[in-house]
This record gives sequence, structure tokens and C-alpha cells, in this order.
Amino acid sequence: MEALRYQDVKALATHAAQLAASPEATQRRLLVCCGTGCLAGGAAAVAEALEQQLAKLDKKQRVQLNLVCKKTGCHGFCEKGPLVVLMPEAIFYKGVKPKDCEAIVHQTVIGGEVIDKLLYVDPATDKAVVKYGDIEFYKQQQRVVMRNIGLIDPAKIDDYILRGGYRSLAKALSSMTPDHVLSEVEKAKLRGRGGAGFDAGRKWRSCKKAAGDVRYIICNGDEGDPGAFMDRSVMEGDPHGVIEGMIIGAYALECHHGYIYVRQEYPLAVKHLQQAIDDARGRGLLGHDILGSGFDFDIEIARGGGAFVCGESSALMRSVEGKVGEPRAKYVHATDKGLWDKPTVLNNVETWVNVVRIIEHGADWFTTMGTAGSKGTKAFALVGKVKNTGLVEVEMGTTLRQIIFGPGGGMLSSGERGGFKAVQTGGPSGGCLPDSLLDLPVDFDTLTKAGSMMGSGGMIVMDHSTCMVDVARYFLSFLTDESCGKCVPCREGLWQMYQIVSRICEGNGDLKDLDQIEDLSQAIINGSLCALGKSGPFPVQSTIRYFRHEYEAHIKEQRCPAGVCKALITYSIDKEICNGCGACLSACATSAILGERKKGDTFEINEVKCDRCGACAAVCKFDAVKVA
Amino acid sequence: MKPAVDLKMAEQILARYPAEPRHLISVLQDCQIAYRYLPRDVLELVAQRLGVPLSKVYGVATFYKAFSLTPRGEKVLRVCTGTACHIRGAPLILNELCSRLQLKPGETTSDLKYSIEAVNCVGACALAPVVVVNDVANGNVSVTKARRLIGVSTSLGRDSQGSAAAKEGN
Repeated sequence: MEALRYQDVKALATHAAQLAASPEATQRRLLVCCGTGCLAGGAAAVAEALEQQLAKLDKKQRVQLNLVCKKTGCHGFCEKGPLVVLMPEAIFYKGVKPKDCEAIVHQTVIGGEVIDKLLYVDPATDKAVVKYGDIEFYKQQQRVVMRNIGLIDPAKIDDYILRGGYRSLAKALSSMTPDHVLSEVEKAKLRGRGGAGFDAGRKWRSCKKAAGDVRYIICNGDEGDPGAFMDRSVMEGDPHGVIEGMIIGAYALECHHGYIYVRQEYPLAVKHLQQAIDDARGRGLLGHDILGSGFDFDIEIARGGGAFVCGESSALMRSVEGKVGEPRAKYVHATDKGLWDKPTVLNNVETWVNVVRIIEHGADWFTTMGTAGSKGTKAFALVGKVKNTGLVEVEMGTTLRQIIFGPGGGMLSSGERGGFKAVQTGGPSGGCLPDSLLDLPVDFDTLTKAGSMMGSGGMIVMDHSTCMVDVARYFLSFLTDESCGKCVPCREGLWQMYQIVSRICEGNGDLKDLDQIEDLSQAIINGSLCALGKSGPFPVQSTIRYFRHEYEAHIKEQRCPAGVCKALITYSIDKEICNGCGACLSACATSAILGERKKGDTFEINEVKCDRCGACAAVCKFDAVKVA
Repeated sequence: MKPAVDLKMAEQILARYPAEPRHLISVLQDCQIAYRYLPRDVLELVAQRLGVPLSKVYGVATFYKAFSLTPRGEKVLRVCTGTACHIRGAPLILNELCSRLQLKPGETTSDLKYSIEAVNCVGACALAPVVVVNDVANGNVSVTKARRLIGVSTSLGRDSQGSAAAKEGN
């Protein structure tokens, strides 16, 4: 089996049919999510415990059960991990611990019973939900790009083929000319999922028209936007999807060498992609004479070095060349002179996977989804102060409200500082939108008009315990740190803006500062080469535009309404509520808590010693620590 | 006098790649993992073998966050300061770890046990706040959990206690 190499398209189809008819195809599957989120929650130990429990059964019983345990990619519902799903019954267990595994095997797998305590309880109805598909988080999604993730073992190429993998490639190679493939992508109006939303078909076309016969394609897996991890999940959970998309793209562009640029923070993605590349090469799906078509193409992985600016296409290409990742002027198009000055097409991870679906189902199918200007679906990383954090894929044009209060399940906490305040989209190039704009449909154009952008898909929900001035400062600090330094307006301007916003956070601001920020923003936008600088001021501008009152509270009243900016707040302990448990005493690193751990006694905070770190408030279970 | 650096590991790494300038970042990454930093001798060797001027090698080694020119600790605590972690309490966790170990982000304890780094998004946002210790991600980190990561379990006031790193080893 290992030496299996598909000589032609027919051999692949035959093998796929064999796989579908094999006993493995009808096996019951116990799927353990081993995405980064669940692994951090202990999924590896859960998978091991399940294997051990299964190994303890006698042989006859095991044959009878006809069950396989699989480690899959991210199911997306990271909040509730580690997750275990039994298929085809679709029983969904969350928060699984190794000690639960005996019960899972004996009660559920063998006995057919559902274990109530491992079920997901819908916070809206307070009812336990048994099935995967019945959970609101999944029910309201439309998984096109992420269709395989969580259902297959990313390390097994046969799992992918059994789900219809490489069928699109076979279709393209056997029944479509390269130009036909390109026209189909053009017809689908596929726009790049990395953030800018550039028409992928147009990009491909101009690259193909460019002079020279050596071309490159690149998959941008340098997902640097803080708060975004869609690409990570795709690369980790469905690596063959990315590879198949790239091979199809290479065929359309008649290009023979591709690179996948993965950021160094994603070691698991590198591992899975490398394995997938090796396996695909072994099967004759990559390398020389792919599926007997005479077409050659191979992929190499380039690891990033931990620089945000390398997500920018021209900087990324310099990094692949082994150089410092500095962007260059945009009047030289990468489609003319990209990697090693050869015509190059660079697309994001999600874009490449969409190519596979477009070829499989046709452009007409793809354009039935989405809005007039943005077709298809989009994956979002929904994080921050929502109940269900995780990965959500919905049709373009779904409103912010539908996403946050649908799959997202609404706000994490109610009460004084709970409740929706803003949603940040588009990472450091995006902006913060207030609740009055929650009914905006999410697509490439609408959010840009509102002063933010859809970006690559990070969606960070904030409640009233988040200070918008602090958020602006946060992004400025991020960007000053990540600016490569090539363009002076970006390097110095953002730093200056950071100083101004910091001053406001410290209560030393002036109303004139707000005008100065606006002036500076324009200078930075006009004077920078790449999107890091060109959109760097957006988070500040959008927070001033929609949350001006918060800036004014900091400036005029020296008050931080959210209770975040250290210089403007004080902590105190409410003696009525404090029961003397002493949790704050252990938490305090500056010995600012006064009092003794004694029944009936209460604590106090020494304001002089207190460095306003908030550790006491974070550990107090009774909300006795107040911030004002 | 600094002890001489054993270049054997760097030689082995260089042998895995064709001697072309484009492999510079990959080679440096592997060296960073092997030595836990990039000693000058290694940079010189790499420059010579790949045919890249030492100044360019230095440029790359100082441009990318993955590289360090000073030794890093046995345990590198990467505190994620991505947006999701930021609004869910990352500054508090970073502050806690820094004050307990008496370090600033980017520094290493003198006994080379711990390094603290503030990093941008590690892509585990649903578990915010996150601290990655070497390659293991720890999610939903509270102040108490952060302390456990550096082997501090009881109350240690900053005023009364020296470097908490000294407590490690139990």
C-alpha cells in the first residue's frame, strides 16, 4: 500500500472507490480534536486514554465494535475543549478529561448511552445538546473551506481522499485546460482572503500575461493579525486542501514551483504540511508528471522568522529569499516581478482552499453564496468576550450581529461591565465598530466604508471592561514594534502617535491631541509603502470616531470609564462583601493588601503600595475588589 | 573570557541545506533551536558557508523575532499579547511573571532558567490569555496558574523576596 503511486487520473479514482468500499469507510469513528486549542487543554492525554481503553477490550469485542480513534484538526469550538465526537452517531462531548475515557468507551461506544455531564449545555435554553449538528455554534455555520477539518486525520492522505480529496485536481488535469481553470476562477469572482480582497482571477491573469516562462506561486500562511487563527486551523487540520488548491493554481498558471510560507509560531502546521507534501509526492500528486498528465509542480515550505510585516506580500517574498523582510513600492507588481524578480502569485491559505471547491462545484455554485461584491463564505476567528469563542465560517454578507449573537452565543458576561461595546475586525489594520453598526453585513466593501475592514477574519468582541483608548494604544504599541523601519512616516509617526495616546491614558492628554492624531494619521497613510503603515492609524481613527466620549473622559475628567488605565484608577475592597478569604493577599505581588487571614476579618488596599495590576480583582470570587 | 562555542551542531545543520543564501533563515532557525541563541562564531560560520556577508547575516538575525543574540533560558515563557489575550488579561499575567522573576520582557534570569517574552498572537485566541512554555501552550492562564508555571506556589511579596527563580528546582 505504501508504494502506491497514481499513474493517472483513473488510478486515483479507482483507489478512491476502493477506499469508499473498504470496511474502514464504514467504521465508527471516535474523533479527538487535537487542534492547538484542545491540545493546550490536554487533548493528547485524552486520545491516549481512549486508545488505552480500546486496547483493553478483547479482540472479538474490538472487531464487533468496528471503531477507529482518530486525532483530528481543530473542530473550531475551542472554548469547550478538549472535544470528542463519536461518528456516525454525531455525539458531541466537550471538556473531556482522561478519566472520562473509560466511561466514553464503555457507556457510549459499547453501551450506546449518552453521558450527560459531558454534553454541551446551550446557555440560551439551559438544555443539553447531544448531537454535533444541533449545537447552535455549528448549526448556524456554512462550512465550505473548513468542510474537512475535524472530520479527518490530517496526517492521513487516505482520509482526505475518502472525503473526495484530489478529485478537483483530477478534474482539472483531465478535463480542463489551464486557461479553462483560470477562467473558472475569474468567473467565480474569488477575492483574496488575506485581507485586501483583491480579485484572485485578475491577479492570476496578469501573472500569466507577464513576460518570462518561470513563475512562482506562494501560499501566505503568515497569519500575523493578533486574534486570527483561521489559517492555522486549515493548515493544521486539512493540509492537503491547501496543497490541492496550489497544484490546481499552478496548473492554471503553468508554474512549476510553489512555496508555503508559515509563521514560526505554528510548528504543528509546519509538521502537518510537510507530512502532507511528502505523502502527496509519494502518491504522484506532486512532483514530476502529476497523475500522468505531464505537468510538473512541487512545493517547499518556508518558515517565517516572527515578523508581522512578513505577512505583506513583497516583504514575505524577500523573507523566502532569505533576506530581511522589508516591503517594497507597489508600482512594481509581484505578478510581474515577485519572488527572485519572477512573476509570482501570492494567495492566502483560505483562498487556495476555495480554489479546490470552485473547481469541484463550478463557479456558478460559488457565486450563489455571498453578496454582490464578495462571493462565497468567510472563516472568522471569533474571540474576546463572547460565550462561544472559536472558528466560525459563514456566508459573506452575514451581519456582525448574526455572527456574534448566533454562533458566538452572545456576550460572555452581563452586569455592570458586561454587555457589548465594540467589535474589532481586521487586526491592526482594521478598526473598532460600535453597537450601532452591528447590523452591517460583513463583506470586503461594507466594513471598509465604516472605517474598519474585514481583513483576514479576526473578530474580537469587547465589552465595557475594555477601554477603547487602551485598545488604540495597544495596537500602536504592536505596530511600532512591528514596523520594519523602512518608511519614516510609519516608523516615527506611529511611535509619536503612541506617545500621544499613552499620554491620554495617563491622564495628561489635551483635546488638541485628538486633532494632532488626525493630522499625523494622514501623514502616515500617505507616506508609507505597505499596508502596515497605510492602515496603521485605522484602529486609532475608528476609536476616536466612534468612542470619542471615552477619549474625552480620559482628557477632561481624568477618568477611565472601563477601569483599565492604571494611572486613572484606584482599587478598593468592599467591606460589605469581603469575607476575609485572603485570596487577594496571596495574589498581591507588592504587599499592598492589609489585614490578616482571619474569620470575620476583612482586607484593605494600601493605595501607595498598590501598583494597580488588578491581580486581586482577578482572583476575588466574590467581586469584593472594586475599581473606580 | 567567553567559553568557545562548539560549532559541531552548526556544521551538522549546515550540512542539511544546499549552500545557498536563500537558506539563511532556515539555517539560523535551526541554530537558534540547537544553541538557544545565535553565538557570534555561529553567525560567522554561517555567513562564510552560505556566502552571505556577515553584516547581512547580522541584519537578518536582528530583524526577526525568532532569533536572539544572547542565550535564552531553559524555559522560555512566551506570554501572548495578541488582542484577544490583551483584553482577557494578558498584561496582568505578563506583569505577574515579570515581577516574580524580576525580569523585563525579553530578558533571561541570570541562572539561565527562565526567559520571558511578550509575543504577538500565538493563534490560540479562544483560550486567552495564553502562555507558551517552550512549545506547550497553556490556556486560560490565571495569576495562580502563571505562578505555577514558574514554580512559585505561595505568596511571595516582591518586597520581602528576592528572585523567585531561586525557588525553582523543587
